[in-house]
Amino acid sequence: MNIKAHINRQTFVRLALVGIIPLILFVLFLWAGGWLTPERLTSDKLVNVLQQSGGLHEGYRRNHAKGMCVLGKFISNGNASTLSRASVFSKGESAVTGRFAIAGGNPGAPDYTVPVRSMALAFQQANGEQWRTGMNAMPFFPVSSVESFYELQTATLPDAATGKPNPEKLAAFVTKHPEIKPFFAWAKQYIPSASWASDRYNSLNAFRLIDKAGKEHLVRWSMVPHASFVPISDADKQNKDFLQQDLKRRLEQGSLEWDLVFTLAQEGDKGNDATKAWPADRKTVNAGTLVLNKTLPQQQGPCNDINFDPLILPDGMAASDDPILNARSSAYAKSYNLRTHEQAQHAGEKL
Amino acid sequence: MKKVAYFHPALRVLHWLMAAAILSMLFIGVAMVSTVSSLHALLVSIHKPLGVMILLLVIVRLWLRFTTATPSLPDSIPVWQRLIAHLSHWVLYVMMLAQPLIGWAMLSAAGNSVTLGNGIVLPPIVPVDNDWYAILRPLHTWVAFALFATILLHLAAALLHAFILRDGVFNSMTGIRNTRLTLGTSRDRQASHRRYRA
Repeated sequence: MNIKAHINRQTFVRLALVGIIPLILFVLFLWAGGWLTPERLTSDKLVNVLQQSGGLHEGYRRNHAKGMCVLGKFISNGNASTLSRASVFSKGESAVTGRFAIAGGNPGAPDYTVPVRSMALAFQQANGEQWRTGMNAMPFFPVSSVESFYELQTATLPDAATGKPNPEKLAAFVTKHPEIKPFFAWAKQYIPSASWASDRYNSLNAFRLIDKAGKEHLVRWSMVPHASFVPISDADKQNKDFLQQDLKRRLEQGSLEWDLVFTLAQEGDKGNDATKAWPADRKTVNAGTLVLNKTLPQQQGPCNDINFDPLILPDGMAASDDPILNARSSAYAKSYNLRTHEQAQHAGEKL
Repeated sequence: MKKVAYFHPALRVLHWLMAAAILSMLFIGVAMVSTVSSLHALLVSIHKPLGVMILLLVIVRLWLRFTTATPSLPDSIPVWQRLIAHLSHWVLYVMMLAQPLIGWAMLSAAGNSVTLGNGIVLPPIVPVDNDWYAILRPLHTWVAFALFATILLHLAAALLHAFILRDGVFNSMTGIRNTRLTLGTSRDRQASHRRYRA
């Protein structure tokens, strides 16, 4: 064999390796970031579809855009401390910053047009950890997976021609995902209340509470109102901000309260399907009282810069295997990054 | 300072350990912000303590780098390449130090703490502030990209030294004896020629 040719070939292979090894890393990096798989569902896509349906409103949350801040405290009675070692459940008080909102990406939507309402809370523990939760005033979630949530959002996007969602697309979605039928049945008979104060807010997703011995308890939780239910009035249906005005009025007269109630799963109850409420006979634990006593507008308010990421949990609480939780966490972060950036830009323009 | 052919053994261990940690961190970072799968929470829970580990390691590494003898580049390397080599190393050190601090500050500005598991929480290093977050969050991404790009160039240059130039520069970080250098270049080549003929 010709030695010179052999050495040249060897050099060529070596030179090629010098380029190929970094190139492989570069391609793997692109793949890890999802840039090579445009068909993969990402947080970008989720936020984009919400943005399309609610319209782009810079500086606002991409979902549950319209809302207001509240301040208060959680008075724990210590009952849940046998389920979770998180200090927020020991007997005592924790400061709470919260937010009431209505679903959808439009911060100017009339309150009466949106059936889904939410309460988000950040509980501050003394050790610096927080428990953040976003709850909805509905008994269960419409879909059980992220992919079907994305499909539902896409199917209900306003049609370019009519400006309204295409009923055929929604019908096709229901055929493919019959698990949404109970949600529509609920929405059909649902009578909105006259107030955020009298709504019951549910975690919908399941979580694990971890006690001092390290034992895990699969739970869901609810904020059960002390205020009694009053249905929405005809006057409310003419007033696009009736929820905000009502909350302000009520809090001027005194504080509002809810009980934090944990529902414990039994053997066989699934933690990964938010479309199914657990049977009503499950054991519950009343962990204490949420007392809200002040409301503030959300713009420049103390709740506005909080990302109510459901996976910001103190030691003693953890996610379940519910796939929606990861998607919420990832998409909320994206929405938070976008809106904080837009807010800073707008603030800069005003200077 | 005395002349050495290799970096201090502790620096070499730190270099390769951090290479693995930082590459993992960069991949975890881009994956966790894009994915909506169940990997998201797992990756976030690795990202924070691993970032703190890298911060601690880079501090130890810089201290060792300043206090131990480092091998000089061979004379065969032109001045401009030396400049680029030294500059790129210090750029890497600065980014390795800055990136975990930016991540920590960014979470602090968001009012979110750096949790390391088991209830261990790091204190905030900047106040909760939207404007700070709006700067720090994109900065964390851009420094990550710049760090990754610099690492790829660093790797390509290292491989060039290892595979083509074989001038002992790559060995100074692996600690492997460079037979070609110690035996003498021409004699070694003749020896290998003889082997090929045989």
